[in-house]
Amino acid sequence: MTMATASKTNSQGAGRKINLQVIGPVVALIALILIGMALNSNFLSYANITNVLARSAFIGIIAVGMTFVITAGGLDLSVGSMAAFVAGLMILTMNTLTESMGVTLPVILLGVALALAAGLIAGIINGVLITRVGIEAFIVTLGTMGIYRSLITWLADGGTLSLGFEMRELYRPVYYGGIAGISWPIIAFAVVAIIGEIVMRHTAFGRHCAAIGSNERVARYSSIAVLKVRLATYALLGLLVGFAVVMYVPRLGSASASTGLLWELEAIAAVIIGGTLLKGGFGRVWGTVVGVLILSLIGNILNLTDFVSPYLNGAIQGAVIILAVVMQRKSASDR
Amino acid sequence: MADPILALRGVDKSFGPVQVLHGVDFELRPGEIHALIGENGAGKSTTMKIIAGYYDATAGETLWQGKPISFQSSDDAEALGIVMIHQEFNLAEHLGVDQNVFLGRELKRGWRLDHKAMRARTSELLERLECNVDPSAQVSQISVPSKQMVEIAKALSRDLRVLIMDEPTAVLTERDCEILFRQIERLRDEGVAILYTSHKLSEVKRVCDRVTVLRDGAMVRSEMVADISEDEMAAAMVGRELSDLYPAKAVPQDEVMLEVEGLSVPGLIEDASLTLRRGEVLGIGGLVGSGRTELAEAIAGLRPRTGQVRLMGEELPAGEVRTAMERGLVYLTEDRKNAGLLLDKGARENLTLALLDRFGKVLIDRKAEEAALDRAIEEFAIRIPERGMPVGNLSGGNQQKLLLAKTLLSEPQVILIDEPTRGIDIGTKQQIYGLISRLAAEGHAIIVISSEMPELIGIVSRALVMHDGRVVGALEGDDVNEGSIVRLAMGLGETSKEAVA
Repeated sequence: MTMATASKTNSQGAGRKINLQVIGPVVALIALILIGMALNSNFLSYANITNVLARSAFIGIIAVGMTFVITAGGLDLSVGSMAAFVAGLMILTMNTLTESMGVTLPVILLGVALALAAGLIAGIINGVLITRVGIEAFIVTLGTMGIYRSLITWLADGGTLSLGFEMRELYRPVYYGGIAGISWPIIAFAVVAIIGEIVMRHTAFGRHCAAIGSNERVARYSSIAVLKVRLATYALLGLLVGFAVVMYVPRLGSASASTGLLWELEAIAAVIIGGTLLKGGFGRVWGTVVGVLILSLIGNILNLTDFVSPYLNGAIQGAVIILAVVMQRKSASDR
Repeated sequence: MADPILALRGVDKSFGPVQVLHGVDFELRPGEIHALIGENGAGKSTTMKIIAGYYDATAGETLWQGKPISFQSSDDAEALGIVMIHQEFNLAEHLGVDQNVFLGRELKRGWRLDHKAMRARTSELLERLECNVDPSAQVSQISVPSKQMVEIAKALSRDLRVLIMDEPTAVLTERDCEILFRQIERLRDEGVAILYTSHKLSEVKRVCDRVTVLRDGAMVRSEMVADISEDEMAAAMVGRELSDLYPAKAVPQDEVMLEVEGLSVPGLIEDASLTLRRGEVLGIGGLVGSGRTELAEAIAGLRPRTGQVRLMGEELPAGEVRTAMERGLVYLTEDRKNAGLLLDKGARENLTLALLDRFGKVLIDRKAEEAALDRAIEEFAIRIPERGMPVGNLSGGNQQKLLLAKTLLSEPQVILIDEPTRGIDIGTKQQIYGLISRLAAEGHAIIVISSEMPELIGIVSRALVMHDGRVVGALEGDDVNEGSIVRLAMGLGETSKEAVA
């Protein structure tokens, strides 16, 4: 009943409140940029900005997929472990292929194809367990999170899996190269985000995700293939994890048990900070992009300045996440 | 006559720029059942919520036993014994009946919960209400009327002075209504002041002592029920004389549109068959829980089923909602808030939800959507104050019209309508009856499921009655009357004459 009354009271002056909710994350982002500029003159330098953006690309690409999963009322905790596992798989495969095929482009292409396929399959496994077997998304992905993390540790035998040195040199430009001074990961992130935004706002798939997250029963009665759409969100997320790995492996050329650690939390946090509702029903991809930038700028500013230890990065990010949700709740139901 | 226990004096209420109440004066006396009636959007809910402390009045005052009072929240009102029972029950489904009755005010012995005392007290309260629900039963397991009794028991468990009921009978069958009426009459005799809203005027006439009519946020009439006729009430609500509520019935043609044979849903429906012709309005009556809704849902592909369904001569596969819709059969749900509309989305998103593939190939054509909404608003006379607003904030009648527009958007041939007018006002009802009759005259085939006898009798040319998951009778022409329907619905004697053609 509080819900019903709340939504009713909310109708007054809804325009103003929604606006505040819309611009909230953007205001926070601008504030961060201003703070960064004030604290360090190098903050806006080309090198720093490129570095921040390139490093946030992995989380960003994953967070775009996470936006769809959360909008449709789901959740995926396994993406960090999944990324590590896919990266390990990709490196192993490429090293094996190098033995027979040499240090050649086809090896990279096969590696990329494998990473995308492995991500997609992992996503489909999550999706099938959730939609067909009917287990809670939280439980399924908590389980697969443990499984993938353990598998990468086992594959690496507790240590680190490294791409062969020559192979690394060949693959390196995918992370460090670019066109017109913009590096590939940034371009990849931007493309994924733009397509994601269009899909979310302007296609039946995006609309169906929001409908399912808003009220699954209404969606079912409206002849939407609820299970298929939900499965598709997990598959899409898996595919994007694979894509993020493709951009990530050339950066360090290695994978270990600590690869992708806590990525799932950063991705979920970015989605929520961006204004997507954790309970589903409403999502916006551009908000997620802003969320990703906010999180990485916090880390960056702490690194560039001295008076707060970078070790407190996590604490500040955590506070921002909680604050974002508090603000969401305030505008969603004030009474 | 007793002095008013609670009164409103010149109360205004605005939501943002929209003023919904204009100087409402209202008095509620102990020991009376006071009906508050009006069309959807007339301000009934707002008035009740001001009395129950959910809203603040923008202007004017609330008097409690003659003294001005203002409630900070509904808790303040409850502390005085003012309890509101909402249309959507406010019960924790997974908790037991006794746990719900004492929710938030648990009885304790030291720091521990006193389960025994709470259970005993609950069972006492339920007994007083002639309700034989087990106090330890989980709320999700009990029937809708029982839930309502639990709500009343919850109210009774405190010192109840004013009971506000928002359309308590909307979800009840006629028999359960009688039980409810007995209970509230008893409460009245104990001196409780009862404020009651309903769209059923016969009910108001039957149980209420006094009636207040709201129209467009203003009080237009307040009378003893004995001094006003149902027609006068209706006229006061709409502001004009209502001519015949039910339009002329359409005449069915010969062409068979829908044939159902031996349809079963395990545990719910057994061997149901029916035939529906072009231009026919076929009614399905029966008690809530007799399988009416389940039958319609099974035909529409929303439930797994066995048996045959032939739509315009062609077999319709089971469990495929989309196929049914594409081939021209749709189902309009009785539960518009939980299964019909996305309450937090706008009218446009709701209207086109089932048919997005018709609005653009890859990208959604928003202009086409807006145009469709324009047409729907015009055709169904939907009143939407602000285009983008969440449909949860629309009145029940406008929600229902939007749901109709959404369901009919695919231009279906066969339409199953479950409770077409639940919880909506008489003016809108008349519009919906007109629409149903027009659709039939245009050659659609329609099934109407309804718990409201006059409605069923008023609009259908033939009626099936269900009892306990089975179709127990078919009535035609003058045989479609209250007596026969009730007899069949209660499981008394099957009229097997041409039972189900």
